[in-house]
Amino acid sequence: MNKKVAVYRKEHFNAAHRLFNPAWDEATNSKVFGKCALPNYHGHNYELDVKLTGVPNADTGYVMDLKELSELIKKEILDRFDHRNLNLDTVEFRNLNPTAENIAIVIYSLLRPHLPEQLDLQVRLYETPRNFVEYPADDKS
Amino acid sequence: MVYLTRIEHFNAAHKLYNPDWTPEKNEEVFGRCANANWHGHNFELYVTIKGKPDPDTGFIFDAKKLGALVQEHITDKLDHRNLNVDVDFMRGKMCSIENLVVAIWNELEPRLPAYAKLHCLKLVETAKIYVEYYGEA
Repeated sequence: MNKKVAVYRKEHFNAAHRLFNPAWDEATNSKVFGKCALPNYHGHNYELDVKLTGVPNADTGYVMDLKELSELIKKEILDRFDHRNLNLDTVEFRNLNPTAENIAIVIYSLLRPHLPEQLDLQVRLYETPRNFVEYPADDKS
Repeated sequence: MVYLTRIEHFNAAHKLYNPDWTPEKNEEVFGRCANANWHGHNFELYVTIKGKPDPDTGFIFDAKKLGALVQEHITDKLDHRNLNVDVDFMRGKMCSIENLVVAIWNELEPRLPAYAKLHCLKLVETAKIYVEYYGEA
């Protein structure tokens, strides 16, 4: 019998960014990214759902202590990105376009080494209430 | 009298920074909101008008037209912009939501028809922070 349980922690951060490919000229950036390419940046209230899946520990009943998960997210993600300009203030996006897709992949990469190996990690990132991404995608293909 | 609310939204960058102060003083007063390279939010704007429903249409003011008016004069100027740098009606002002909601009122109120009075603007900055303005001095 599969005793795996998924547990989630929600966090949020506010950041500025713009979408811009430095290999393209302004006109191409504007055509592809529209208003998101405007030069003086814009911003979002990012909502982050971190999902861990595993078998609850026999002694504690926890998949993971969510307080510990919260502190990890704060240290690795929020302290890095909250009230920052993702393009200018972070090393992670110096040479990477800060789309929601790429931000989710970066968040996964920052968290994964600090989490127990037997737990599956999935990150869902809301850029707006209507636009959100998940990484890794459920489709394993 | 009936109150009608139209909700619009915009995503923008800003910072809270008083250029007359030192960077240290800004940091002390505004904390992380003073970050030199800005940060940003998904803002939501609730526009509430009041009036009597027209006997022929049943409307105070066509909500679709109200939305178009707010978009043309307000959110098109704010969406995907930097509030400190890009917005004519915020120039020279501190970009707090208090100041922004008053500036939006001053832009929008004269553009509404006499039969649809602007009653309240609610501006939501985060899930935990919003302001309301009723046009009071």
